[in-house]
Amino acid sequence: MTAKSLTTEMVDPVPGAAAPHLPLDGGIDTVQLLTPEGDRVEHPLYSLDISDEELRGLYRDLVMVRRWDAEATALQRQGELGIWASLLGQEAAQVGAGRALAEGDMAFPTYREHGVAWARGVDPLHVMSLFRGVDNGGWDPVATRFNLYTIVIGAQCLHATGYAMGVQRDGAEQAVLAFLGDGATSQGEVNEAMIWAASFSAPVVFFCQNNQYAISVPLERQTRVPLYQRAAGFGFPGVRVDGNDVLAVLAVTRAALQAAREGQGPTFIEAFTYRMGAHTTSDDPTRYRLADELEEWKLRDPIARLKAYLSRSGAADAQFFDAVEVEADELAARIRQGTVEMPDPAPTEMFDHVYAEQTPHLAAQREEFVAYRASFEGGEH
Amino acid sequence: MTQAPTLRQFKLPDVGEGLTEGEILQWLVAVGDTVTVNQPLCEVETAKAAVELPSPFAGTVVELLFDAGTMVDVGAPIITIDTGDGGTPDAAAAPEATGSGLIGETNANGRTAVLVGYGPRSTEARRRPRRAPVEPAGTTPVPPPVTDDAPPLLATAPDMRSKPVRHGGLEVGRQAEAAALSEAAAPAREAAPGRRGPRPLAKPPVRKYAKDLGVDLAAITGSGTGGCITRADVDAAIAARSVPVAPAVPATDGAARQRIPIKGVRKHTAAAMVSSAFTAPHVTEFLTVDVTRMMKLRTRLAARPEFAGVKVSPLLFVAKALLLAAQRHPMVNSSWDEAAQEIVVHGQVNLGIAAATPRGLVVPNIKDAGRLPLAELAAALGELTETARAGRTQPGDMAGGTLTITNVGVFGVDTGTPILNPGEAAILAFGAVREMPWVHKGKVKPRQVTTLALSFDHRIIDGELGSRVLADVGALLQDPASALAY
Repeated sequence: MTAKSLTTEMVDPVPGAAAPHLPLDGGIDTVQLLTPEGDRVEHPLYSLDISDEELRGLYRDLVMVRRWDAEATALQRQGELGIWASLLGQEAAQVGAGRALAEGDMAFPTYREHGVAWARGVDPLHVMSLFRGVDNGGWDPVATRFNLYTIVIGAQCLHATGYAMGVQRDGAEQAVLAFLGDGATSQGEVNEAMIWAASFSAPVVFFCQNNQYAISVPLERQTRVPLYQRAAGFGFPGVRVDGNDVLAVLAVTRAALQAAREGQGPTFIEAFTYRMGAHTTSDDPTRYRLADELEEWKLRDPIARLKAYLSRSGAADAQFFDAVEVEADELAARIRQGTVEMPDPAPTEMFDHVYAEQTPHLAAQREEFVAYRASFEGGEH
Repeated sequence: MTQAPTLRQFKLPDVGEGLTEGEILQWLVAVGDTVTVNQPLCEVETAKAAVELPSPFAGTVVELLFDAGTMVDVGAPIITIDTGDGGTPDAAAAPEATGSGLIGETNANGRTAVLVGYGPRSTEARRRPRRAPVEPAGTTPVPPPVTDDAPPLLATAPDMRSKPVRHGGLEVGRQAEAAALSEAAAPAREAAPGRRGPRPLAKPPVRKYAKDLGVDLAAITGSGTGGCITRADVDAAIAARSVPVAPAVPATDGAARQRIPIKGVRKHTAAAMVSSAFTAPHVTEFLTVDVTRMMKLRTRLAARPEFAGVKVSPLLFVAKALLLAAQRHPMVNSSWDEAAQEIVVHGQVNLGIAAATPRGLVVPNIKDAGRLPLAELAAALGELTETARAGRTQPGDMAGGTLTITNVGVFGVDTGTPILNPGEAAILAFGAVREMPWVHKGKVKPRQVTTLALSFDHRIIDGELGSRVLADVGALLQDPASALAY
């Protein structure tokens, strides 16, 4: 028993640095067009004219993406993937943003944007091959207008801003959508990207999925103001949208992309959402957050609210919902089979895509590697 | 109709990144159960997380290969499932399709098809393929010759058997790494006793800690990973250093027994405790309260500018609650004056805080604590404890106390039966704040709970008043907003 313990009590990693109280539901500034109960509401600034067919399409997107995510998580637990970053809970933010993109627009994802990949028409198996470790991303970023996943936190914001400045110089009528998370807002390059984007009025939209946790670090350790308010400091508009409301995300992102195409410069969108699963399959979220938080967010599920709205408005019937479920199961089966059957790449393949044209130095390394492997008992491994 | 069983085994995968083993916490299926694809089979705990493993097969469970509670190497088969289709096995289970039909063997291309880099291996997880010139493999007959699936990572990679490495942030195995560390550290440890050996291993905060306390790291043998010196090692070194001071005390019979003269604070404490315990008839009452709201309030208050630079501790709220309760029940803040045959009701609360200091127990008090706004009370508490810790508490600071709190929770205990500070009518013990299952709004939830104990002088305070005071303190901590009603 020592003297110094007199007033030490609960574990407080940063003594005295307690958090400001930020509202759990995003607060009154949050743009919402569909309530968690599935009621359609209007917003003075963002309206959405959408057909029943488009609504059903969004529902299908959400269900398919969630099913894919569940299958991928299971496959990782079965040793078929090295790792998986789950999007559970963030489907609406991703599908809404992905579907807001026009054909010519360009998207720069993090490593969690499976829903955007889906909306861009990327084959899920191309994403699976990356997480299985057999390639570095198998899709064509030029054809799909969807860049390869960026693992380095926030780096894609620089790429997106640079790309947008290129679009500007080409005089093209395109917008660029940069994805980032709440944790990335603390990164230097994200802030640099925003300063450049503002200075050059680049046609880029920063789409931040605030899922409340940077791995284990809660939002209140990242910021003392709501994230969307930071945009004001950079000199462009910031808007917070209910990230679990696919309609609001679609409307807000569409408007921001259109403004970018019209030369009005960048926008920062904070999609207020929640990561229902682990950061990745290597993470255990029960170590840093309470189950009651999860229970609260379950009530704001993005799919349940759209389903409620579709049923109530008569835009879809039970037959439609059943058909989507069947289609999702088929997708899962295709993903499972395609993943486990993926051939391993030749070990020497890693030398092939480092540069567009092979360098003598790499070619020599490749030869050395081949010789080294041949030196093992039993020949080729 | 008997169909030849198609037995497939599921091997423990690496569910984190670079893990080598996991513990089966529990089985969620039993032999004979029918399972579907992705049905959870068992719960596994690794160094990173506890996760459920979903079944890669649909079929009937034939055998569980490990009991719950067993540590299993990544790559070891853990369950056998009869998929009963007699048809083509899928890639994940391929082994029995070729060779002897023994499960766990490699398929035609020399690999278990499952894996890319991280996944199940058909042999021991940490082994690397042998270089050709090496002597023949040992006599162990079981593992097939060369089944490790992972090719060496780099042309320049050292032989993994002799020197495990980290590669691109990918851990090549915890044990391998630990081995490498201890190997690297061994020479340093040997050199440590010498005068000018290599710099001893310690993390910067520990270096600073040692430097502040004047401890020479070179003289310490580290107990941490790879011989790294930890804070505990430094503490131990200090403890070892302070023992020689003891001989100043006349130790007579044997090393184990010490005779310490009773003097100073100890003597004073003893006299005070005896006097108090045998003069005032003590009664102690207990109350366990849910302080979750108080802890939340604490977080919010700490963010306010007026609390910048002061510690907003749970003790602060307990102090405030007791002060409010004393305001409502002035008799709790009183003394028994035997000589004058009077009860002295003090009115002003000089709030004592029992402090464990290097010199022993002292109870400095905050004069007229009831008049202080919360932020000033926090500052006063901070100052009082700092002074006490530094051993600079002046006699004046300890005189004139009227009501005391003892924060036994800091020692990790739930409560106690405190003895009154002599001359005072009540003392409140504040236990540890723990997260506990608690019935909240009709449901069992994890809540932050603490136990309060109030001892009082039964000559002055009856059970009713004591209970009211304790209940008031409890109510204020449970629902700080109720202070508005005071």
